[in-house]
Amino acid sequence: MAVNASIMPGKSAIAEKGWLIAHKWLLLRRISQLAILFVFVSGPWLGVWIAKGNLNSSLTLDVLPLTDPYLLLQSLIAGHHLTSTALLGAALVLLFYMVVGGRVFCSWVCPINIVTDIASYLRQRMNIKSGAHFNRKTRYWLLLMTLTVAAATSSIAWELVNPVSLVHRGIIFGSALTILIVAVLFVFDFLISRHGWCGHLCPVGAFYSLLTKYSIVRVSAIRRDQCDDCLDCYKACPEEQVINPALKGAAQGHGPVIMDMNCTNCGRCIDVCAKSVFTFSTRFNNAMLIDMNNKKEVAP
Amino acid sequence: MTRPGSQTKVNRRRFMQDTVRTLSGVCLLGLGLSLYARKAKSLPATTLRPPGVANEADFLAACIRCGLCVRDCPYNTLKLSALDDQVATGTPYFEARGVPCEMCEDIPCVKACPTDALDKNLSNIDDARMGLAVIVDQEACLNYQGLRCDVCYRVCPRIEKAISLNVQRNPRSGKHALFIPVVHSDHCTGCGKCEYACVLDKAAIKVLPIELAKGQLGQHYRLGWEEKRKAGESLVTPDEKHEYNLPKGLKYEHEGQGLMEDSR
Repeated sequence: MAVNASIMPGKSAIAEKGWLIAHKWLLLRRISQLAILFVFVSGPWLGVWIAKGNLNSSLTLDVLPLTDPYLLLQSLIAGHHLTSTALLGAALVLLFYMVVGGRVFCSWVCPINIVTDIASYLRQRMNIKSGAHFNRKTRYWLLLMTLTVAAATSSIAWELVNPVSLVHRGIIFGSALTILIVAVLFVFDFLISRHGWCGHLCPVGAFYSLLTKYSIVRVSAIRRDQCDDCLDCYKACPEEQVINPALKGAAQGHGPVIMDMNCTNCGRCIDVCAKSVFTFSTRFNNAMLIDMNNKKEVAP
Repeated sequence: MTRPGSQTKVNRRRFMQDTVRTLSGVCLLGLGLSLYARKAKSLPATTLRPPGVANEADFLAACIRCGLCVRDCPYNTLKLSALDDQVATGTPYFEARGVPCEMCEDIPCVKACPTDALDKNLSNIDDARMGLAVIVDQEACLNYQGLRCDVCYRVCPRIEKAISLNVQRNPRSGKHALFIPVVHSDHCTGCGKCEYACVLDKAAIKVLPIELAKGQLGQHYRLGWEEKRKAGESLVTPDEKHEYNLPKGLKYEHEGQGLMEDSR
């Protein structure tokens, strides 16, 4: 392989833990994303109806209603007064993501993530550095913009162009233009901006990140004292700014849990770390354990 | 070497530049999206919404674009608008000339809607107002030519109520009748069956959005005979005797046959 070991993360983790363990969470995420897509397409493609509708709102096995709370918020702002199933569906979705972390939607559910992950993998592998850079906060401005436009036009305007739902709906209901949107997003993340769409611009992800603020399930750099500064986790992470306080913030009094609301709980850092620094934990395990004799932080 | 102060200044300038750049980009996108959203509100006249949509503007605020109504439509009447369709992306619609609405009694599309974009208060499908049928081309309609096509009348699920045939004299032959189809807006649901069934290459009867199809009398306007019926008597002094200045050999019966030959 002609790939520079320093460009692609995970080499030492594969050597240390084996390929399967070094891709455990990545594989589980792909299975989750494809399984969710499958329950939606099994009806129209195979005649086996599991989930009807799409990610905007769905009915699973004719009993479980789920609704995207971001869409419901836009509808509310656009002036529609809700009295129906959608409220229950959105409450269930809110509750779920407030437990597991809002951006779990991005890394475990959203079909676009597969596209942008492949794009950024190739970008990293081919060592493409050029392109546009966006501020990571741009997505919150875009989120605010979508809500403002919903109010100004009294319609759920963002849904006219939202690539996330366009692609999901396009796959399920069959629209050839879906390929075009996927291609545009792919090229954007591959050639124009690293983690450009999901990591900087997407207002859907921005909305879900707000739910992460108080969510329970977190990644923790629980054995951060074992870190050998190989930087693989930073290279693998789609939101690399979230790692630093937890991994390197012991001296500043930061606990080991990644508390940033843009951590997608994708678990890629757990995969690529040869020293098994990271693990899934909860926000409640953020206390620093100090070995009082040596005045050093210790792993539990 | 840079002093700490000048470093801060450069950072502040970069921060300002960054913010202004981001904000102007976002505002431009927002403006574009707003204008596009306004355009997207103009539903093409040949496309119809499912039952339970009162008006397009409210619908676009309420429809969450999930397609559940489309899924539960047993006749594949409803379609979900794709990005390249003329209808607002992701919203349900149908075309009467394609697959008209079968007017299911249990209205599964309305039941499926999770947001009340399709009004749950609609319990009787006869109360649906998806559009209004209009004979848009009297020159082409066969019944207007004196032929007995009657297909739109026959297929109407609310035959006699929503479409009736108004018998008139055929002035071309002088001895036949014209059976003119007349649509009654207080019964027409806009299901589109008539447009679908119209035997012409291009339908002479079309279901149009109600705002487009319906005229409205001025608020102040009163129809004399209606007022007379409501009051039970004429509101103006009735004529004692009608006097007409008619050509020789004709007479006029005011309460009877109208203009007729004077056989005397």
